[in-house]
Amino acid sequence: MASKTINIKVKVWRQKDSNTKGNFETYELSDISTDSSFLEMMDVMNENLVEEGKDPVAFDHDCREGICGMCSLFINGHAHGPDTLITTCQLHMRKFTDGQTITIEPWRVGSFPVIKDLMVDRTAYEQIMQSGGFVSINTGGVPDANAIPIPKEDSDEAMDAASCIGCGACVATCKNSSAMLFVAAKVSQLALLPQGKIEGAKRAKNMIAKMDELGFGNCSNTGACEMECPKGISLAHIARLNREFLVANVKG
Amino acid sequence: MTKLNSKIPEGLIKDKWANYKAHQNLVNPANKRKLDVIIVGTGLAGGAAAASLAELGFKVKNFCYQDSPRRAHSIAAQGGINAAKNYPNDGDTVYRLFYDTIKGGDYRAREANVYRLAEVSNDIIDQATAQGVPFAREYGGLLDNRSFGGALVSRTFYARGQTGQQLLLGAYSALSRQIGLGNVEMYNRTELMDIVIVDGRARGIVTRNLITGKIESHFAHAVVLGTGGYVNTYFLSTNAMGSNGSASWKAYKKGAFFANPSFVQIHPTAIPQHGDFQSKLTLMSESLRNDGRIWVPAKIEDAKAIREGKLHPNDITDENRDFYLERRYPAFGNLVPRDVAARAAKERTDAGFGIESNPTGEGVYLDFKYAIERLGKDVIEARYGNLFQMYEKITDENPYENPMKIFPALHYAMGGTWVDYELQTTIPGLFSIGEANFSDHGANRLGASALMQGLADGYFVLPYTIQNYLAYEINNPRLDPKEHKEFQDAENDVKSHIDKLMNIKGNTTVDTIHKKLGKVMWNKVGMARSEKGLKEAITEIQQIKKDFWSDVKIPGEVNTLNVELEKANRVADFIEIGELMARDALDRNESCGGHFRLEHITEDGEALRRDDKYMYVSAWEYKGENTEPELHKEELKYEAIEVKTRNYKTA
Repeated sequence: MASKTINIKVKVWRQKDSNTKGNFETYELSDISTDSSFLEMMDVMNENLVEEGKDPVAFDHDCREGICGMCSLFINGHAHGPDTLITTCQLHMRKFTDGQTITIEPWRVGSFPVIKDLMVDRTAYEQIMQSGGFVSINTGGVPDANAIPIPKEDSDEAMDAASCIGCGACVATCKNSSAMLFVAAKVSQLALLPQGKIEGAKRAKNMIAKMDELGFGNCSNTGACEMECPKGISLAHIARLNREFLVANVKG
Repeated sequence: MTKLNSKIPEGLIKDKWANYKAHQNLVNPANKRKLDVIIVGTGLAGGAAAASLAELGFKVKNFCYQDSPRRAHSIAAQGGINAAKNYPNDGDTVYRLFYDTIKGGDYRAREANVYRLAEVSNDIIDQATAQGVPFAREYGGLLDNRSFGGALVSRTFYARGQTGQQLLLGAYSALSRQIGLGNVEMYNRTELMDIVIVDGRARGIVTRNLITGKIESHFAHAVVLGTGGYVNTYFLSTNAMGSNGSASWKAYKKGAFFANPSFVQIHPTAIPQHGDFQSKLTLMSESLRNDGRIWVPAKIEDAKAIREGKLHPNDITDENRDFYLERRYPAFGNLVPRDVAARAAKERTDAGFGIESNPTGEGVYLDFKYAIERLGKDVIEARYGNLFQMYEKITDENPYENPMKIFPALHYAMGGTWVDYELQTTIPGLFSIGEANFSDHGANRLGASALMQGLADGYFVLPYTIQNYLAYEINNPRLDPKEHKEFQDAENDVKSHIDKLMNIKGNTTVDTIHKKLGKVMWNKVGMARSEKGLKEAITEIQQIKKDFWSDVKIPGEVNTLNVELEKANRVADFIEIGELMARDALDRNESCGGHFRLEHITEDGEALRRDDKYMYVSAWEYKGENTEPELHKEELKYEAIEVKTRNYKTA
């Protein structure tokens, strides 16, 4: 890999806390290796700020390998930045050019209030999961794992849906701030499997009711969520969610 | 005299767990409601335990530092989870899984615990399937298995390259259900700061809210740590940025013995380091060794030409490639255990055959050319597509067309808080589960066994054993932390510890000091250790500790979100953990598993154990700030397994 360095300007959203108005600050960074990850670039920026005795920029991150779903960030107008099918932590500086200005914003969603700078509160997702994102079984007393054969196609499709990392990019991208793709991923995964099918309709109804209660918007089938999803979760799952929801309403 | 009682039940190895369960104390349903349990951590162990105990009727408080329990680092485990189902009919049994785990750990794990682990392994697969975990399946609709290192059977269940994610989301769904039902009180973005002891028993914890900085106390009848491992001591590792050893370290300072701290796993297949700004290392799953062949150039001049960019690896013919694992270990080939594979890579790169053009020249190839020729690109993509994509995003190289570059990286801590058979530490009422304890993996953990152990402890072991303790707590009412001196003292200690950190006002950033510690650890307490190096490491770490406490720079305020303060608080503990690791490695004057002392090597370069002197678990007792810790030894007795020299050359 050809290693080189670039100089960039970073325009970052700074906000003291949820009650204070925020604003953009611009920082100049030099000699950033193009082999660095985007968050490593931000580490360098923060090290500089700490050296100057200033408050470093707060942002969420943890596993730094694209699976925990903790990192967020709107980068140059895109959730998780310009590259496709990756999270911010997997984005690398080789996607940027020397002299470029990079704008970094938090998820801007009413149901995800800003905690500080680029860090938002995604507790609403937790509440949706608690309202029905599970199979109602306890530990122990379950049948042998091979007792119920499941068609490979169904299992594979359930796995596609289950890849959701709960990062919130879909909501942040949606013009209606809808959480439909997030909810659909879980409802669809479990509806595809015999273990989850039993509670399928009830689950869809409860999770959608909770989503509405928490102020997420409606789905207008624009498909932007699918485009920006770092895990490529398909809109087809929303169709399955709608089916389950319809069944729930017919059943009453 | 040793103070350790491992409480191993009587009877034959295969009967011990059944005997234990038949005779242990249980708590009746009405009393369960009156008992509080604190669980710190929400990974496979902590999350599974919190859900399971709440389902039983206990009142659970669960804590994590992330913004959601779903983000615990178990989520990053890729390859799979072992179980002795024997679905492929290839000869697996509970005994064989037990045997492989003990042998893989180089005969430094406790027999009774490992047998129980193998025994409950099958229940985990059933449980996860019932939760809706989409394990890989065959066209007939039944579950598929793959092979992992250190075993001659295929016993690893998997969900693409995201097995940890799927298992954790299963545990998280069970936990979410219990939170929704009001049986678990969940505290996100909250860090444990200390453990509170009242009358010699663990009675609660002190926490810091990471958003507001608020220090709070929480009472419980028992406290469980499922807080993971401590390999971020090395700064660069495959762990998450926030993974830390502080909970186990606070427990150590309150009297819980710390076992085998020097036993850490260096995983053979991570993406090599690219530069000084690197923040973490990314693992490439061990499952890749099913189909990838590991090699370096056979000619040293070829390796040099590759590093200089004058030669492409695809231009080296097969006879000029050294498939060193297949050469040295014909029986297991590329699927030798992790410690063996990691050491073999180091041996080749030390000898000048490394292929990576980074400053250290470290790196070997993991090549899929042969598997693609044999099976087709589609099959390889179906098996490892997400890993290949991850590799390409990081390195900008296409692994379908070029061999992957890999090198060993710190990955997992086999060592941890000492626990008895009941997973209880030396502090009554304090339990430790999953990676946080020491008990199952000896000196080296086999692949796909961490997920197994975390879930075994959380779903099927702790929910039993903790009741044997809680049965004696039914008459103890809940304590109000505000009315008890022990809680107030602990809170004040935490506050003064934070004030002390904030008042240093030095000139060196936390990361700078952490990186310095990491270098000492990697160079002297890493893959090759010696008496001289370890003694130097102890002196150097003590100096780093002085530098930290006199010169660390932490900007910002205490009563608000302060990431630098969070990091400083963890690094203060990493420094002390590092010193204990070096001390333990120095004491253990033998090689075993991942602990490789240069003084003790066989003629062909393998680890040389000294069973006559070191067949024990080292359990360190804290003796005060400037006093050397005291070593206690738990002798290991092998009754069900014949102790042999580990051999992966012949079956």
